[in-house]
Amino acid sequence: MSQTPVSSPRFGMRMNATGIISGLIILCWAVIAVIGPTFAPHAPGDIVDFDFFGPMSEQLWLGSDYLGRDIFSRILLGTRYTVGISFGAVCIACFSGVVLGMTAAVTGGYFDTILSRVLDALNSIPSKLFGLVMVAAIGSSIPVLVILLAVIYTPGSYRFARALAVNCNTMDYVAVARARGEKTLYLIFQEILPNITGPVLADLGLRFVFIVLLLSGLSFLGLGVQPPNADWGSLVKENIGGLAFAAPAVIAPCLAIASLTISVNLLIDNLPVKIRDRS
Amino acid sequence: MPGQMTLLVLGRLGVTLLTLLIVSFVVFGATLLLPGDVVEILLGQAATPEAVAGLREAMHLDSPALVRYGQWLLGMAQGDFGMSYANNMPIADMIGGRLANTLRLAAVTSAIAVPLALFLGVTTAMYRGSSYDRMVTAAIVSVISVPEFLIATFAVLVFAVWLKWLPALSLANEVQGFGQLLKVFAMPVITLTFVISAQMIRMTRAAVIDALKMPYVEMALLKGASPTRMVLRHALPNAIGPIANAIALSLSYLLGGVIIVETIFNYPGIAKLMVDAVSTRDLPLIQSCAMIFCFGFLLLITIADIIAILSNPRLRK
Amino acid sequence: MTKPLVEVQDLRVEAQTDAGRRVEIIKGVSLTINEGEIVALIGESGSGKTTIALTLMGYTRTGCRISGGKTLLGGRDLVTMSERDRQKLRGTDVAYVPQSAAAAFNPSHRLIDQVIEVAGIHRLMSRTEAKIKAIELFHALALPDPETIGDRYPHQVSGGQLQRLAAAMALIGGPRLVIFDEPTTALDVTTQIEVLRAFKSVMRKGGMAGVYVSHDLAVVAQIADRIIVLKGGEIQEEGSTAQILESANHPYTRQLLAAFQPKPFAAPTPAAAETSVQRPLLEVTDIFAGFGPIQSNGLPYKTVLRNVSCKLERGHNLGLIGESGSGKSTLARVIAGLLPAARGHVQLDGRELDPTAGARSKEQLRRMQIVFQLADTALNPSRSVADILGRPLTFYHGQTGAAREARVGELLDMVQLPRALRHRMPGELSGGQKQRVNFARALAAKPAIILCDEITSALDTVVAAAIIDLLKNLQRELGLSYVFISHDLSTVQSICDQVMVMQHGEMVEMLANDQLPAGARHPYSKLLFASVPKLDPGWLDGLPTDISEHA
Repeated sequence: MSQTPVSSPRFGMRMNATGIISGLIILCWAVIAVIGPTFAPHAPGDIVDFDFFGPMSEQLWLGSDYLGRDIFSRILLGTRYTVGISFGAVCIACFSGVVLGMTAAVTGGYFDTILSRVLDALNSIPSKLFGLVMVAAIGSSIPVLVILLAVIYTPGSYRFARALAVNCNTMDYVAVARARGEKTLYLIFQEILPNITGPVLADLGLRFVFIVLLLSGLSFLGLGVQPPNADWGSLVKENIGGLAFAAPAVIAPCLAIASLTISVNLLIDNLPVKIRDRS
Repeated sequence: MPGQMTLLVLGRLGVTLLTLLIVSFVVFGATLLLPGDVVEILLGQAATPEAVAGLREAMHLDSPALVRYGQWLLGMAQGDFGMSYANNMPIADMIGGRLANTLRLAAVTSAIAVPLALFLGVTTAMYRGSSYDRMVTAAIVSVISVPEFLIATFAVLVFAVWLKWLPALSLANEVQGFGQLLKVFAMPVITLTFVISAQMIRMTRAAVIDALKMPYVEMALLKGASPTRMVLRHALPNAIGPIANAIALSLSYLLGGVIIVETIFNYPGIAKLMVDAVSTRDLPLIQSCAMIFCFGFLLLITIADIIAILSNPRLRK
Repeated sequence: MTKPLVEVQDLRVEAQTDAGRRVEIIKGVSLTINEGEIVALIGESGSGKTTIALTLMGYTRTGCRISGGKTLLGGRDLVTMSERDRQKLRGTDVAYVPQSAAAAFNPSHRLIDQVIEVAGIHRLMSRTEAKIKAIELFHALALPDPETIGDRYPHQVSGGQLQRLAAAMALIGGPRLVIFDEPTTALDVTTQIEVLRAFKSVMRKGGMAGVYVSHDLAVVAQIADRIIVLKGGEIQEEGSTAQILESANHPYTRQLLAAFQPKPFAAPTPAAAETSVQRPLLEVTDIFAGFGPIQSNGLPYKTVLRNVSCKLERGHNLGLIGESGSGKSTLARVIAGLLPAARGHVQLDGRELDPTAGARSKEQLRRMQIVFQLADTALNPSRSVADILGRPLTFYHGQTGAAREARVGELLDMVQLPRALRHRMPGELSGGQKQRVNFARALAAKPAIILCDEITSALDTVVAAAIIDLLKNLQRELGLSYVFISHDLSTVQSICDQVMVMQHGEMVEMLANDQLPAGARHPYSKLLFASVPKLDPGWLDGLPTDISEHA
């Protein structure tokens, strides 16, 4: 293994080069999501090229789309939708999953049994299918998408957090706290939570990737972010016609998705062991 | 007196039935979320009060939701999927041929992906840390990190646009001869194989590596066993459960994949039918397709769990 | 003079730490083993004894590698040999008996197939011949049903039987050297006797050389010709068994031997006389407890404790002794309210306690604290020592800020730890330090009773002895009463004035300290006490052969 350990003395942790590069790419997309559109060379809706599927040029860095709009500007704006919606959804999903999971593990009994059974059943509905059915029923708007994606990924997060918390709960330090007379809330937040934070954050990262994939998939099917707004998935769908001549309009958003999701995966795989599995 | 194993298997089947019930409840519940009145949406401009009332009665919409749920479930159990909103045809007729198309696609994909993934999964575990292992692992991370449509797009770019070996679209209706068949299936199968093999290799590799860490494998080494013997005789028999699970879970990714792949390649399967139904908001059709998919998924997982129970030596007599 | 069978010369082994640093764990060890000689490698955890033993098979565990020296077996160097050649030696020339046979047998295959696998791998004999030889070995190892026991799966036989089957698996290839890696450590003492006896007789008959790795001098004294004492990857002392036992030179060896000296028992001074007429401090009556749903007869599905009663007088110590599965730890959890009893009463100061901890008053909980065996799992790894000790201070006594800080310092003084440790995380402490913090947390509550559940069992002998001394001192200073749970007679003997012997979840008998061990009347207590190995090399041979049948 040729890993070049770069140590950060302040945290006393080591991270290899792959991890650092991945982290920088993620950071870069996060910054673009927040301030990117202000730097867009063209308004995302303006038709700036008489030709469609134009090639890369000095004016249009990533060419033009099927209507002659600037793809670079549209990707900058699309970042906000893809990253924003996914991040919102993953936060809601993990927050509710972890709180429910820890509570179920500590309380046990019927609460645990029933909740686990129902959420496991929800988990057994393939995510894309769940998305299709719900979009068909309620339609697709950005708040709906955020809630929907959160609901789809809560059961998985619950299951993960519960398994970790159940492990922790069998530890003697929790038994000591119980014997001391501590209440459930103390057990959950003081004894268990600090010991599962690392793995839970890693899980949050993976779940973020799943959500980006599902959101892009739905948008690609035309069921996600609706025009005139466009996330990366919608950009691929809009310009799929350019595939036959390998237009940058279709390849660029593909690369955007891949760079984000692969980076998150690599970052998690290369996290210092200390964080990744402290449980 | 039933054995412990029988009890476990029966228990597992019970869990599957319960899960199916909960799933059907959720899928049915989607109708209730529909904003506005279904009938008015369906009739659109022609929604005169009489027409609305008539259709409501025809669709039993005035009965309580729970009763409708019971009727729907009962009908589904007997193979009666109800009528499509959009074109007023029995859903069973619309699904029939399409389901066969999808199953054919899934079967061809599995026949290629399962052996391929098992081979790669076991060998990467055996030679973990080698450059072969690292190459395969890197490829897997890339494949599972990107959406299915991206892989499909990439496959089209490579095989249809640059190499010009295959057509970008497939239409199963016009298949004539083996060569044609190959061309029709090639793109969807290549894409799906990539998608599900990646998952399967990853999980199989992890399962075998876990088994290789067991003390009895070290014991085999200290008895003078060769690496091959350690894997085949000592690690694999104990990894059957997890591997069966890996295969079942990966085949379930086939579902997600098939939805995208059928759409992108215009393949006339049940997933394409479902995606089209979403744009017309044809809920009964969507619900039927969803139930078929969920049923297939649960069936796979249940079979895998039962294999795991049967392969557990601790339960043997 | 014939050449020795094994010659290890200046052996060095390196291990890679999690942080990627390389550390030498075996620092230049040289030793020889003659044909037919049994040599013991003795030392505490981390002394490198297992690592050295494994290098005799040309094997190091993941993350370790041999960085220097030679390991000659019959004149051939295992270090420089190709892996293929090493494979040929393993199982035929040198064989291995693992610490936990339960983990070393593959759950998927029948026992006989695993026992004779060596014959198949090395094409030593036909399957039928191998089976006949295996059955002979089963007879020699005194296994029950030798003809048919091989047809079972590993989970269908007991731990002691598995350990003997593992020996059969090692002997089938007719090795010249057998490595025993702590083969009886995981067993209860009464089982250990049978297994040791079986090992000793087959090794004596076969005339093979052996390496016996152990941390227990008394066990080693029964079987080894020569003893090598290891510490920190270096040899401390080497000599014949008699030499080491009678005239050890090295201070470390003497420390190990001292741990076997019967410790003086001083009856705890009862607290002030005014309390002597009162009720017992803790009284447990007719407890039934277990796991799983309550059945129609009012007992849990799996009943672990049946009809157990005992009491603890103020200022005295009650010992609970028994083997694994005797229910002694379960009783502690019932008393602490962690596992509610199905039936029976727990009384503190004559007042009934609720079966569950959650329903007891804070004052009741405060007066009784529990300390667990494994300090690794008993201390929350993500909280500092100051937080761990401070929480009971805040919880029971409402102390915060400077008062709390000062008290944490005092507690660390009490358990003889430097005050500077308060900022450390548990992961940064040694095993003995962790156990002291674990105990200090119980002291923080200012309890009347401390339930000590096997608190010295996971520690090395020398460290454990120090903890026991600490317990005695604190008892004198603070007027504590202990319920002391252990599987080890000498520990219980040194601290408890009343001892309850338990078996299968029931009380076998109650003995006073001066009745230990000779005053035992019940056959099981007699067996249990007689099974504790003694330093005398003739102890095992001197035991009546039918001893274990009394149980």
